[in-house]
Amino acid sequence: MAAVTTAPARAEPNLLIRIASRPTALAGLIVVTVIILLSVLAPLIAPYAPSQLAVRDRLQGPGMAHLMGTDELGRDVFTRVLYSGRTSLTVGFAVVVFASAIGVTLGLVAGFFRRFDAPVSRLIDAMMAFPDILLAIALVAALGPSAANVVIALGIVYAPRLARVVRASTLVIRELPYVEAARALGVPTPVILVRHVLRNVVSPLLVQATFIFANAILAEAGLSFLGVGISPDIPTWGTMISVGRQFLDQAPWIMWFPGGAIILTVLSLQLLGDGLRDFLDPRLAKDV
Amino acid sequence: MSAPEAPLLDVRGLTKTFVGRNGRTVHAVSDVSFSVRRGTTVGLVGESGSGKTTAGRSVLRLIEPSGGKAVFDGVDLFSLSEREMKAYRKRLQIIFQDPFSSLNPRMRIDAILSEALDAADFARGAARRERIAELLAIVGLSPDHARRFPHEFSGGQRQRIGIARALAVEPEFIVADEPVSALDVSVQAQVLNLLGDLQKRFSLSILFIAHDLSVVEYLCDDVVVMYLGRVMESGPSRKVYANPRHPYTRALLATAPVPDPTRRKARVPLMGDIPSPINPPSGCVFRTRCPMAIEACAQAIPPVEDLGGNHHVACIRHAELA
Repeated sequence: MAAVTTAPARAEPNLLIRIASRPTALAGLIVVTVIILLSVLAPLIAPYAPSQLAVRDRLQGPGMAHLMGTDELGRDVFTRVLYSGRTSLTVGFAVVVFASAIGVTLGLVAGFFRRFDAPVSRLIDAMMAFPDILLAIALVAALGPSAANVVIALGIVYAPRLARVVRASTLVIRELPYVEAARALGVPTPVILVRHVLRNVVSPLLVQATFIFANAILAEAGLSFLGVGISPDIPTWGTMISVGRQFLDQAPWIMWFPGGAIILTVLSLQLLGDGLRDFLDPRLAKDV
Repeated sequence: MSAPEAPLLDVRGLTKTFVGRNGRTVHAVSDVSFSVRRGTTVGLVGESGSGKTTAGRSVLRLIEPSGGKAVFDGVDLFSLSEREMKAYRKRLQIIFQDPFSSLNPRMRIDAILSEALDAADFARGAARRERIAELLAIVGLSPDHARRFPHEFSGGQRQRIGIARALAVEPEFIVADEPVSALDVSVQAQVLNLLGDLQKRFSLSILFIAHDLSVVEYLCDDVVVMYLGRVMESGPSRKVYANPRHPYTRALLATAPVPDPTRRKARVPLMGDIPSPINPPSGCVFRTRCPMAIEACAQAIPPVEDLGGNHHVACIRHAELA
């Protein structure tokens, strides 16, 4: 009880309760949470080490000893799916952070300072004109394949979407009286940008970030599958599928389970994002 | 030490033009002059689109004026650089029309007031908490309201918070931009009384922007009537109300509800809408809706004539209205 009363009352005090009232969003939240927990706790849960070879047990189907079977080198697929989740989720999260850093900066600048709006907006339009995966492939090819470069490439690919959302909201907030009040008080512009504009852009930003998290996981898998992403030695869901593809006839489970993990993660993130959008996006809110 | 008659704020020839998207010029405010004496309230009245809000914001340089002067305590605010203007910011404050968008929804009331106190370099800590409680008390709120968010308040309460924010920096001059027109009628009177009390208590000078003359009559020492970016008539409230000399002022007064049925005059309602400020009518801007317009009205912009006692009017036929 004491914890409840001391907890600060937020502007929207019970977002979690509101998410819980919507079954699809709640399902998304639960599955995402479980997947994150499984990945974080992988060393405790996994029955084997991720690169522990067992040549005699190679290409075994799912069973009691190996829940999801073994791969071409006899490594436990369940263990590797768990460990892959760590990389895939980390890459996805890093992409969100990196894309937000670029996108929020561009969006705030374009939305708040009239004279930068045209050049920044045209840059954003130009970047949006490229097909996502093609631009990512080109960037990774230029930078060299590594986890860090995949994050940079996907961050650049997704930044314009965030920039658009932030710009649109900034254009509205810039004209609001509370921003004028701050200017009338002589509050420095950078402080106004953070305290008054950015703080009120957080909701639509959070919604976009959820979708970008899902897209980034998918894109990372795509890049790894195509061989222009993370090195095949590092287990990610994408690299597992890429390798498993060669044994599709004999051992389809090598692909099934990481594939299923991707589908489940992306689907639940999308459901969560849809729910968040209904609650947080002012353009869709009917009564705020 | 300035002479006792020198007004706190003297606006001369204020002009603001916007260039629209298609390159056409919008004449929002043209050659507006008025002055605000220390400790008095000046009402700036006009319909929507008359440029009264633009004029008010230009004085504070929330909108950059295109021309004119605004001499505040001996210094032309329009000639200052952005940096020099900062020093003047806390001497001139603003109260907004919409109490719902004038407070950042993500900031608690104490944070909102604290931002204003930061601007005045007020000390942090216990002294600041005390000052916040004091400010809330001044505007008739309770100190425990400090930890709440704006959405927990009614429109009238929010307007009081907006007033507390403006007062936090101890300004000499406040632009009140239609501070009660978004409120319920029952709350309007409370907020107007509060403003009147605060003005006496802190000897504030107020530029009170409003769209109806009845609110202004109650509160203002002087009144300035604007139409399509220009001043039609200005002068002491008493004189303007008793003896309006401009047809537009007459029309505005005729539309204001009068509580005394025996005082009711024949109404001369204004027909049509305010013309576009992109292409204002030649000569007198009001002639297209003026019941007294003659051909000469289209020829030249009517000069501002002094009727004595600080009463000014811009109408070539004002003598016939006497």
